[in-house]
Amino acid sequence: MKWLALLVVCLFGALVFYAQGDLPSYGDPSAPANLHVSPYYIQHSLEETETPNVVTAVLADYRGYDTLGETVVIFTAGLACFLLLRRGCEGSIRKRRR
Amino acid sequence: MKDQYENVVVEVICRILVPFVQIFAFYVILHGHYSPGGGFQGGTILAASAILLRLSLTGKEARKFSSRFANSLGPFGLLIYGGVGLLALIAGGMYLDYAHLPFPFLLGPYLRHLGILLVEIGVALGVFATLLSIFDRLSEGSE
Repeated sequence: MKWLALLVVCLFGALVFYAQGDLPSYGDPSAPANLHVSPYYIQHSLEETETPNVVTAVLADYRGYDTLGETVVIFTAGLACFLLLRRGCEGSIRKRRR
Repeated sequence: MKDQYENVVVEVICRILVPFVQIFAFYVILHGHYSPGGGFQGGTILAASAILLRLSLTGKEARKFSSRFANSLGPFGLLIYGGVGLLALIAGGMYLDYAHLPFPFLLGPYLRHLGILLVEIGVALGVFATLLSIFDRLSEGSE
Protein backbone atom coordinates (compact mmCIF):
# COMPACT_ATOMS: atom_id res chain seq x y z
CA MET A 1 0.00 0.00 0.00
CA LYS A 2 2.86 2.36 0.82
CA TRP A 3 4.52 1.69 -2.52
CA LEU A 4 1.26 2.39 -4.33
CA ALA A 5 0.99 5.76 -2.61
CA LEU A 6 4.60 6.57 -3.52
CA LEU A 7 3.88 5.65 -7.13
CA VAL A 8 0.83 7.94 -7.23
CA VAL A 9 2.83 10.82 -5.72
CA CYS A 10 5.66 10.31 -8.22
CA LEU A 11 3.20 10.21 -11.12
CA PHE A 12 1.54 13.40 -9.92
CA GLY A 13 4.94 15.05 -9.57
CA ALA A 14 5.84 14.05 -13.11
CA LEU A 15 2.52 15.48 -14.33
CA VAL A 16 3.17 18.79 -12.57
CA PHE A 17 6.69 18.94 -14.01
CA TYR A 18 5.27 18.23 -17.46
CA ALA A 19 2.64 20.97 -17.12
CA GLN A 20 4.85 23.69 -15.64
CA GLY A 21 6.42 24.32 -19.04
CA ASP A 22 3.14 25.86 -20.19
CA LEU A 23 2.95 28.33 -17.29
CA PRO A 24 3.85 31.95 -18.09
CA SER A 25 7.24 32.99 -16.75
CA TYR A 26 7.38 34.91 -13.48
CA GLY A 27 6.47 38.58 -13.84
CA ASP A 28 5.51 38.22 -17.52
CA PRO A 29 3.49 41.37 -18.42
CA SER A 30 1.55 39.52 -21.12
CA ALA A 31 0.46 36.68 -18.81
CA PRO A 32 -3.34 36.29 -18.60
CA ALA A 33 -3.34 37.14 -14.88
CA ASN A 34 -1.68 40.49 -15.61
CA LEU A 35 -3.99 41.49 -18.46
CA HIS A 36 -7.41 41.44 -16.78
CA VAL A 37 -7.84 44.05 -14.01
CA SER A 38 -4.25 44.80 -12.96
CA PRO A 39 -3.60 47.43 -15.69
CA TYR A 40 -6.86 49.18 -14.76
CA TYR A 41 -5.86 49.35 -11.07
CA ILE A 42 -2.39 50.63 -11.87
CA GLN A 43 -3.65 53.31 -14.27
CA HIS A 44 -6.76 54.51 -12.45
CA SER A 45 -6.31 53.90 -8.71
CA LEU A 46 -4.63 57.28 -8.07
CA GLU A 47 -7.31 59.40 -9.76
CA GLU A 48 -10.19 57.29 -8.43
CA THR A 49 -9.15 56.93 -4.80
CA GLU A 50 -6.45 59.62 -4.26
CA THR A 51 -4.24 56.90 -2.81
CA PRO A 52 -0.68 56.65 -4.16
CA ASN A 53 -0.22 53.16 -2.73
CA VAL A 54 -1.92 50.83 -5.21
CA VAL A 55 -1.79 47.91 -2.78
CA THR A 56 -3.81 49.80 -0.14
CA ALA A 57 -6.32 50.99 -2.75
CA VAL A 58 -6.87 47.45 -4.03
CA LEU A 59 -6.91 45.91 -0.55
CA ALA A 60 -9.35 48.27 1.14
CA ASP A 61 -11.36 49.72 -1.75
CA TYR A 62 -11.59 47.54 -4.85
CA ARG A 63 -11.38 44.34 -2.82
CA GLY A 64 -13.14 45.61 0.29
CA TYR A 65 -15.26 42.52 0.69
CA ASP A 66 -12.15 40.36 0.78
CA THR A 67 -10.58 42.42 3.55
CA LEU A 68 -13.84 42.38 5.50
CA GLY A 69 -13.74 38.59 5.29
CA GLU A 70 -10.12 38.52 6.48
CA THR A 71 -10.99 40.68 9.48
CA VAL A 72 -13.89 38.38 10.31
CA VAL A 73 -11.53 35.38 10.09
CA ILE A 74 -9.07 36.97 12.54
CA PHE A 75 -11.88 37.96 14.88
CA THR A 76 -13.29 34.42 14.74
CA ALA A 77 -9.86 33.00 15.60
CA GLY A 78 -9.71 35.27 18.64
CA LEU A 79 -13.24 34.27 19.62
CA ALA A 80 -12.38 30.57 19.34
CA CYS A 81 -9.30 31.08 21.55
CA PHE A 82 -11.46 32.95 24.05
CA LEU A 83 -14.03 30.18 24.23
CA LEU A 84 -11.57 27.28 24.30
CA LEU A 85 -8.87 28.62 26.62
CA ARG A 86 -10.69 30.73 29.20
CA ARG A 87 -10.40 29.64 32.80
CA GLY A 88 -11.95 30.46 36.12
CA CYS A 89 -15.27 31.73 34.85
CA GLU A 90 -18.10 31.02 37.26
CA GLY A 91 -20.45 29.72 34.63
CA SER A 92 -17.94 27.58 32.79
CA ILE A 93 -18.83 24.03 31.83
CA ARG A 94 -15.88 22.54 33.70
CA LYS A 95 -17.12 23.80 37.05
CA ARG A 96 -20.72 22.90 36.45
CA ARG A 97 -19.83 19.27 35.89
CA ARG A 98 -18.31 18.84 39.32
CA MET B 1 3.19 35.45 35.56
CA LYS B 2 5.19 32.81 37.32
CA ASP B 3 8.75 33.44 38.48
CA GLN B 4 8.46 37.14 37.92
CA TYR B 5 10.90 39.44 39.69
CA GLU B 6 11.67 43.11 39.39
CA ASN B 7 14.47 44.03 37.05
CA VAL B 8 15.20 47.74 36.83
CA VAL B 9 17.03 47.57 33.49
CA VAL B 10 14.23 45.67 31.75
CA GLU B 11 11.54 47.89 33.24
CA VAL B 12 13.20 51.17 32.31
CA ILE B 13 14.10 50.06 28.79
CA CYS B 14 10.55 48.84 28.14
CA ARG B 15 9.03 52.01 29.59
CA ILE B 16 11.14 54.05 27.17
CA LEU B 17 10.50 51.73 24.23
CA VAL B 18 6.72 51.30 24.41
CA PRO B 19 5.67 54.87 23.44
CA PHE B 20 7.92 54.78 20.40
CA VAL B 21 6.53 51.40 19.35
CA GLN B 22 3.02 52.79 19.68
CA ILE B 23 3.85 55.94 17.69
CA PHE B 24 5.34 53.75 14.98
CA ALA B 25 2.15 51.64 15.00
CA PHE B 26 -0.02 54.72 14.46
CA TYR B 27 2.35 55.87 11.73
CA VAL B 28 2.02 52.50 9.96
CA ILE B 29 -1.78 52.60 10.24
CA LEU B 30 -2.28 56.21 9.14
CA HIS B 31 0.48 56.25 6.52
CA GLY B 32 -0.80 53.12 4.77
CA HIS B 33 -2.02 55.27 1.88
CA TYR B 34 1.50 56.34 0.97
CA SER B 35 3.84 53.58 2.07
CA PRO B 36 3.76 49.87 2.87
CA GLY B 37 1.55 49.26 5.88
CA GLY B 38 -2.06 49.44 6.88
CA GLY B 39 -4.49 48.10 9.40
CA PHE B 40 -3.19 44.56 9.80
CA GLN B 41 0.46 45.52 10.23
CA GLY B 42 -0.22 48.54 12.43
CA GLY B 43 -2.61 46.59 14.64
CA THR B 44 0.00 43.89 15.10
CA ILE B 45 2.67 46.41 16.14
CA LEU B 46 0.21 48.03 18.56
CA ALA B 47 -0.56 44.62 20.07
CA ALA B 48 3.19 43.94 20.35
CA SER B 49 3.62 47.12 22.42
CA ALA B 50 0.83 46.09 24.80
CA ILE B 51 2.23 42.57 25.10
CA LEU B 52 5.67 44.03 25.86
CA LEU B 53 4.06 45.97 28.73
CA ARG B 54 2.53 42.77 30.08
CA LEU B 55 5.78 40.83 29.83
CA SER B 56 8.08 43.41 31.37
CA LEU B 57 6.11 45.25 34.04
CA THR B 58 4.39 43.91 37.11
CA GLY B 59 1.15 44.80 38.81
CA LYS B 60 -1.31 47.44 37.72
CA GLU B 61 0.79 49.04 35.01
CA ALA B 62 1.04 45.79 33.09
CA ARG B 63 -2.74 45.85 32.69
CA LYS B 64 -2.84 49.27 31.05
CA PHE B 65 -4.93 47.76 28.27
CA SER B 66 -7.10 45.45 30.32
CA SER B 67 -8.36 42.10 29.11
CA ARG B 68 -11.96 43.27 29.21
CA PHE B 69 -11.03 46.32 27.15
CA ALA B 70 -9.43 44.09 24.51
CA ASN B 71 -12.39 41.75 24.42
CA SER B 72 -14.82 44.57 23.74
CA LEU B 73 -12.56 46.37 21.27
CA GLY B 74 -12.40 43.44 18.81
CA PRO B 75 -16.10 43.47 17.86
CA PHE B 76 -15.95 47.29 17.86
CA GLY B 77 -13.26 47.28 15.17
CA LEU B 78 -15.29 44.86 13.09
CA LEU B 79 -18.34 47.10 13.67
CA ILE B 80 -16.44 50.13 12.29
CA TYR B 81 -15.65 48.21 9.11
CA GLY B 82 -19.18 46.92 8.65
CA GLY B 83 -20.65 50.27 9.69
CA VAL B 84 -18.69 52.18 7.04
CA GLY B 85 -19.98 49.72 4.45
CA LEU B 86 -23.51 50.02 5.76
CA LEU B 87 -23.28 53.84 5.82
CA ALA B 88 -22.43 53.80 2.12
CA LEU B 89 -25.36 51.45 1.53
CA ILE B 90 -27.78 53.73 3.38
CA ALA B 91 -26.48 56.82 1.57
CA GLY B 92 -27.43 55.37 -1.80
CA GLY B 93 -24.37 53.46 -3.01
CA MET B 94 -23.47 49.80 -2.89
CA TYR B 95 -22.12 48.07 0.22
CA LEU B 96 -18.53 49.26 0.90
CA ASP B 97 -18.78 51.77 -1.97
CA TYR B 98 -16.97 54.61 -0.17
CA ALA B 99 -17.71 57.16 -2.91
CA HIS B 100 -21.25 57.46 -1.53
CA LEU B 101 -20.33 58.06 2.11
CA PRO B 102 -22.44 60.94 3.48
CA PHE B 103 -19.65 63.34 4.47
CA PRO B 104 -20.09 66.92 3.27
CA PHE B 105 -17.53 69.03 1.34
CA LEU B 106 -15.74 65.99 -0.08
CA LEU B 107 -15.80 64.69 -3.63
CA GLY B 108 -15.68 61.10 -4.87
CA PRO B 109 -11.95 60.26 -4.82
CA TYR B 110 -11.39 62.00 -1.47
CA LEU B 111 -14.38 60.20 0.01
CA ARG B 112 -12.85 56.90 -1.07
CA HIS B 113 -9.54 58.03 0.48
CA LEU B 114 -11.37 58.71 3.76
CA GLY B 115 -13.30 55.44 3.52
CA ILE B 116 -10.05 53.47 3.16
CA LEU B 117 -8.66 55.26 6.23
CA LEU B 118 -11.74 54.48 8.36
CA VAL B 119 -11.69 50.85 7.28
CA GLU B 120 -7.98 50.55 8.08
CA ILE B 121 -8.59 51.94 11.57
CA GLY B 122 -11.34 49.36 12.07
CA VAL B 123 -9.05 46.55 10.93
CA ALA B 124 -6.24 47.82 13.20
CA LEU B 125 -8.48 47.90 16.28
CA GLY B 126 -9.81 44.42 15.50
CA VAL B 127 -6.36 42.88 14.99
CA PHE B 128 -4.93 44.64 18.08
CA ALA B 129 -7.74 43.42 20.30
CA THR B 130 -7.72 39.89 18.91
CA LEU B 131 -3.98 39.39 19.36
CA LEU B 132 -4.11 40.83 22.87
CA SER B 133 -7.08 38.64 23.75
CA ILE B 134 -5.32 35.50 22.50
CA PHE B 135 -2.19 36.39 24.52
CA ASP B 136 -4.29 36.98 27.63
CA ARG B 137 -6.06 33.63 27.30
CA LEU B 138 -2.77 31.81 26.78
CA SER B 139 -1.05 33.43 29.77
CA GLU B 140 -4.06 33.32 32.08
CA GLY B 141 -3.26 30.06 33.84
CA SER B 142 0.21 31.05 34.98
CA GLU B 143 -0.82 34.00 37.12
